[in-house]
Amino acid sequence: MMNIFGFRLSASSAIDMDKVDRTLFDKLCAEEPDARRCMSCGSCSATCPAGEFTGMSVRKVLHNLQRGKEREALKMVSSCMLCGKCNMVCPRGINTRHLILSVCRIYKTEESR
Amino acid sequence: MIYQGKQNIWSDYQKEIPDDHWYYVRSCIRQNFFPASEKMFMEICRNVLGKDIYENEHHTTCGGIAYHCDTIPQETVMTIVARQFALMTEAGYENYVASCITSFGNYTEILETWNEYPELEAKIRELLWKACRKEFRKPKHLAHSSDLIYKFRNEIAEKAKFRLVNKETGEPLRVVEHIGCHYAKMFPSKGVGGAEYPYVLAGMIESWGGNVIDYPERRHCCGYGFRQYHVKANRGYSISNTHKKFESMEPYKPDMIITNCPGCPYFLDRWQYVIAEMEGKTYGENGFGIPVFTYEEVAGMVLGYDPWDLGLQLHQVAVEPLLDKIGIEYSPEDKYKGLNKKDIMKPELPSGIRCF
Repeated sequence: MMNIFGFRLSASSAIDMDKVDRTLFDKLCAEEPDARRCMSCGSCSATCPAGEFTGMSVRKVLHNLQRGKEREALKMVSSCMLCGKCNMVCPRGINTRHLILSVCRIYKTEESR
Repeated sequence: MIYQGKQNIWSDYQKEIPDDHWYYVRSCIRQNFFPASEKMFMEICRNVLGKDIYENEHHTTCGGIAYHCDTIPQETVMTIVARQFALMTEAGYENYVASCITSFGNYTEILETWNEYPELEAKIRELLWKACRKEFRKPKHLAHSSDLIYKFRNEIAEKAKFRLVNKETGEPLRVVEHIGCHYAKMFPSKGVGGAEYPYVLAGMIESWGGNVIDYPERRHCCGYGFRQYHVKANRGYSISNTHKKFESMEPYKPDMIITNCPGCPYFLDRWQYVIAEMEGKTYGENGFGIPVFTYEEVAGMVLGYDPWDLGLQLHQVAVEPLLDKIGIEYSPEDKYKGLNKKDIMKPELPSGIRCF
């Protein structure tokens, strides 16, 4: 249809959690219970040397995986250098490096199938 | 009376609404959008409820639109408002009633600011005196006009000729109530039911026989949002919000929408036409939209006033299917007749949404 108004509707950014397939996230949590211990404080994002240049953030990776935005999460993860700084600052003592490796293994294996 | 449990909690969400002797100020934009609403409010107050309500032709805008568009600073708005209070004081009234939700929010915000910063109030008094040699007393009670209709909703129900009921099935109509954001979202204690459980319109709907629909985006903004609409480049944001509300309420099949804000009925009504033109989608039955009303129009409808005297011909979405559903009689050939049966001309009808 022709738009005569000079503006248009934009898609809603709301996420319907009933429509999100959480199979892989549940699998990640089963293998890596730390995924549920994150309290999203952002310490990992603040110390990440790649974050400023690439947008990498462990906090956002977990949020995106919970919300079914796997493509965005895996794009971020691909920028991780596994330096382990986030590991050192996490107040919950989460082994973030191991968590990231598990994300790569579970999601990328699934993706390549 | 001793309140216990939930009753006690609910009593915290009530506000004191004056019984009589009101000083009324109109809205800048409502008379253009829904011209008979304010007239009907005066008619109901004076002739149906028999109350003393006074209005003064010298009052101006409250400055709310310019303030919320960041065009003028708050001190300017305060001086405009101080002049309105001076007019009320000169007329000998203490109960200030605003027709507009944004004005109501504006007055509330200013009174609260003066309460916190008395030196600012002193400065505004000085500015007002210098500008127009006027002095004012602060209102004893501040109410929105929907508060008054809410307070007297049962009296209106007793005098009503129609109820919000489907005359064929006897089922209550499914009604969406939409409260203006500036009513209780800024100062929850100033609105009936606060920001969490606003009851001002739900109370009217229940008293007049309808069923209130609870849907996920019930408390979402209508999409007006001043800067989101007034800047053309932002209008996509405005309509996207309205679209979100309609998508959310659609599964509940509402028969009608009632609002208490000047902007909300306008945008919920007119954007249905734009959505129909853009997306080819309508939200009512058989290609019609969902009719949107002000609470005064609904009060006038249930009291049996002629729909065309209520200005319902100025709605974009056709109201006739709803009038038929309730059983309100109307003359289709008089729809576009003005005062003294003068022809006000039939507008061009849109292609995307069914209208008469």
